[in-house]
Amino acid sequence: MDRVPILKIGQTLFVSIQIDLQDDTVMRLQEDLADELAATGVHGVIIDITAVEIVDSFIGRMLSMIGSISRLFDAETVIVGMRPAVAITLTELGLPLSGVRTALNAEKGLEILNGKS
Amino acid sequence: MDTEGTGTRMADYLRDHHDKVIGRWSELVTSGVRGRTSFDEVRRELDELFSLIVRVLSDADEHAAGELRAALDELSRGRARDGFTPSETALGVFSLKEAVYELVADAAEMAPEFLSFSRMIDELGLRTFEAYSAAREEIISDQATAMLELSTPVVRLWEGIIAVPLVGTLDSARTQLVMEKLLDTLVATGADHAVIDITGVPTVDTEVAQHLLKTVTAARLLGAECTISGIRPQVAQTIVSLGIEFGDIATKATLADALALALRQAGMKVVSAE
Repeated sequence: MDRVPILKIGQTLFVSIQIDLQDDTVMRLQEDLADELAATGVHGVIIDITAVEIVDSFIGRMLSMIGSISRLFDAETVIVGMRPAVAITLTELGLPLSGVRTALNAEKGLEILNGKS
Repeated sequence: MDTEGTGTRMADYLRDHHDKVIGRWSELVTSGVRGRTSFDEVRRELDELFSLIVRVLSDADEHAAGELRAALDELSRGRARDGFTPSETALGVFSLKEAVYELVADAAEMAPEFLSFSRMIDELGLRTFEAYSAAREEIISDQATAMLELSTPVVRLWEGIIAVPLVGTLDSARTQLVMEKLLDTLVATGADHAVIDITGVPTVDTEVAQHLLKTVTAARLLGAECTISGIRPQVAQTIVSLGIEFGDIATKATLADALALALRQAGMKVVSAE
């Protein structure tokens, strides 16, 4: 099964999704991220989905859920690099991803996290 | 009845009276279109059609029927584009019947030939009409596409601030196009603030509001903040009486107010030069 690597850079966990998302990949990512958040105690998570071209309602909900889990560890989640087509799909599915912040690119995402701390 | 025989005989007859028929036909068509095309031009067009019709009648080769159809389609399309009415276009074909009838009226022995010839012309006339309306449909859909493209510009107001001035009624197709253009521009320019100006939107009902909300939600997913500006007093009253909630989306009366808000959020300040 594919795994998505989680990188710790300073006070931020950086997740870059480079593969087509399957349901179990996202479940695994959610578990790994929770473990990592508990172990490191960082205050920010950046999820880069620039390479993701297809999402469904399950993945949309999981992204929201990752945001909620992170908040329990006092960490803010920023989803960066969403493609227009993905944004339109999520909107049509009625998933505005409440609970997570969004930014155009990783740089702006970092600015949001740094502005917070 | 021997249809092939009648066809060949009719073809021979038409070939023999070529100049007379063409002349009369062109006269009839020219008077029908009231001087919008010259006699010589009509004659040239009809000459081509006539020789094709004769070829089809004489059953000489199998390509003739296809060529005749193509030539008719081409002629009807041209007529549709030049603004002729459908009846004027169909008349072009039907008047051939009249021209030939005037000739064969005296010759009783040509009656069966004329009958099957007349049937063929009727079919061609219908064909003309079909081609005419297909061409019209094409023109209309081209115009709709052109209007759609014309009416949805995305403009850059400032570094990191873009605006979409919407003009005209918002339907699902328009919204989709606006949304795609807005999101693409956000990504391309790296802007993080968008202003949707609805000064030119005549009415805002629940459907339009729904479309606007969708656009804002999608832009937010990309990490851009949206402001809706240009809400006129009547529109504001409609929105309130319909019970539409814009939630936490900022709305402003004018584009200037929205720009000021966006600049403030971007940490910029406009000061007098003095």
